[in-house]
Amino acid sequence: MADTQQAGAALGAEDVTLTAGVRGTTEGPVYTVSGQDWDSLTAEIVGNERVVVNMGPQHPSTHGVLRLVLELDGETVTEARAGVGYLHTGIEKNMEYRTWTQGVTFCTRMDYLSPFFNETAYVLGVEKLLGITDEVPERATVIRVLLMELNRISSHLVALATGGMEIGALTVMTIGFREREVLLHLFEALTGLRMNHAFVRPGGVAQDLPADGLDKVREAVAWLKQHLPEYEAFCNENPIFKGRTVGIGYLDLAGCMALGMTGPVLRATGMPWDLRKTQPYCGYETYDFDVPTWDTADSYGRFRVRVAEMWESLRIVEQCVQRLEQPGPVMVADKKIAWPAQLAIGSDGMGNSLDHIRHIMGESMEALIHHFKLVTEGFRVPAGQVYSAVESPRGELGVHLVSDGGTRPWRAHFRDPSFNNLQAVPAMCEGGQVADVIVAVAGIDPVMGGVDR
Amino acid sequence: MSDTTRDSAPAAADGGLPVESTPQPLPAHPTARGAFGVSGSGDTSGFGGLVARVANPATLPAGTPRPFGGFFDGVVDRLDALVEGAVEKVVVDRGELTVFVRRERLLGVVAALRDDPDLRFEMCLGVSGVHYPDETGRELHAVYPMLSLTHNRRLRLEVAVPDADPHLPSIVSVYPSNNWHERETWDFFGLVFDGHPALTRIEMPDDWPGHPQRKDYPLGGIPVEYKGATIPPPDERRTYR
Repeated sequence: MADTQQAGAALGAEDVTLTAGVRGTTEGPVYTVSGQDWDSLTAEIVGNERVVVNMGPQHPSTHGVLRLVLELDGETVTEARAGVGYLHTGIEKNMEYRTWTQGVTFCTRMDYLSPFFNETAYVLGVEKLLGITDEVPERATVIRVLLMELNRISSHLVALATGGMEIGALTVMTIGFREREVLLHLFEALTGLRMNHAFVRPGGVAQDLPADGLDKVREAVAWLKQHLPEYEAFCNENPIFKGRTVGIGYLDLAGCMALGMTGPVLRATGMPWDLRKTQPYCGYETYDFDVPTWDTADSYGRFRVRVAEMWESLRIVEQCVQRLEQPGPVMVADKKIAWPAQLAIGSDGMGNSLDHIRHIMGESMEALIHHFKLVTEGFRVPAGQVYSAVESPRGELGVHLVSDGGTRPWRAHFRDPSFNNLQAVPAMCEGGQVADVIVAVAGIDPVMGGVDR
Repeated sequence: MSDTTRDSAPAAADGGLPVESTPQPLPAHPTARGAFGVSGSGDTSGFGGLVARVANPATLPAGTPRPFGGFFDGVVDRLDALVEGAVEKVVVDRGELTVFVRRERLLGVVAALRDDPDLRFEMCLGVSGVHYPDETGRELHAVYPMLSLTHNRRLRLEVAVPDADPHLPSIVSVYPSNNWHERETWDFFGLVFDGHPALTRIEMPDDWPGHPQRKDYPLGGIPVEYKGATIPPPDERRTYR
């Protein structure tokens, strides 16, 4: 009987009194709502206001495959639970079966909105294990900072765009993705790919910037300077935007510390904790920038922090461009770590440079052996373990690497900020309206690729 | 939530920890054959009979002698004074402090780390499991990165437990942020965090058998054929070490 009804609902059939499918379980009836049939459901369950709603994992406003289980009393959320794991791809396990260099290709795919942070956090850990942190060329470090800060802007743009879309501010979404497109084009010009770059490698970066790279960065910076004020103009004093975000998703400093929150959520409580300032890496102590904070500890504050951070990132990008005007090496000098081949554009696209092919195939047997050993085996990393952390757009991205002295990681673990921060969903949402759950989650800005890895 | 969800939450056999675990002798170094660590295919290098000692990251480096340098001495002294007999071994490597803690004392240690004004590690940044199948009696390690905002310091706690008795106390009561991290480590390594409010799988499906990130769990994959040649899956390819 129940099955028939459900099947009928799935086919959009004749049962007009209850179009939502229903089946009985030990914990009560379970209704499957498939769209435009909520009224029939509320007619069915009249008198019983307590409803457990399963939101997601396929829902546009849960930022990917996040599943929220909400217990509702009318419109009020009495209990909220987040379910994750729908995007688990075994990246950490896979990295144990590849060389240390190949690991970059895996971890760049975790938090797909901030690939350069994943790569840099991992690579900083590998370099610390190798003991070559100080030997990484200055130019490579500046390129990393340049890419990370541009990436921070593009990531925050998605946070604002999707967050805006979810509360009906569609223009914020369209302009957000417009600006992000400019940055993705720039990434493609600089690294060859829009996402999943695998550009930052142990010892430096994969290759130098193209000849017109800095001009392209300057153009993008000019574009952003022209268009970033639009977000502030659209949102800062917009009564609808403020009505939806002020006081929503409240989590104060004590709550942030207990739940291990970092990033814009922590800074929106007024705590100026930013690893770029407090525990500088990649030479961040030599750049001139501020750590924006806000003191409302709500979704509105997080929005303001993100917008202000984009401006600070632009400041850092401009300083990087200045420093990159001088040429220099972009890979560590140690030939036992640096990838032997240089990339060049050939008639069939990007590949090993013909000069290098000529050298290893025609001139030096030793060079050929060296190339072969380094590419197939990889380099050995002295045994030990390290923890390296960077300030990603969502907070502290930590990497725990263990080496047994071999050519592959013994263990690579990523402490992704989205994974940790999603634990705050109950604290932020319970007792509030169901519509505010969306705003609170958007304030956390979780990326499920990073959560599930 | 189905009933299997609840059943998959493990419970300590006797509801608690063993009172005192006997200290395990450190294992002999694992060995490998050949000069190139080749396995799975013939080693034609002529070095196939060579037996080499292999570095084990769990035992290398051994405990670091004092002084540790920087703030490390002060933190370890304070921890020793607050929680007696907790520190098993201290390793200072690559500028990072690792404190090996006995599992019976873990809860006391983390409470001291959080609450003592001289320590004040406000944040625990999760827990990462590591599996060392060759380290007999200490196969599973739980690694806790700690962060102090007040003093701007980092510190790593490490707890080693035997595979046969993979229990250690949950620190969720002290650091609520570790809730999901401990679930993840249970999911992937089978480390049982006693006292966790709901120790269920988080990444894998509820009814998944096994703990995928242990070293004895295969990566999986199928051979791929391309132009007549067959490439084995990654965990069956030739490895070098």
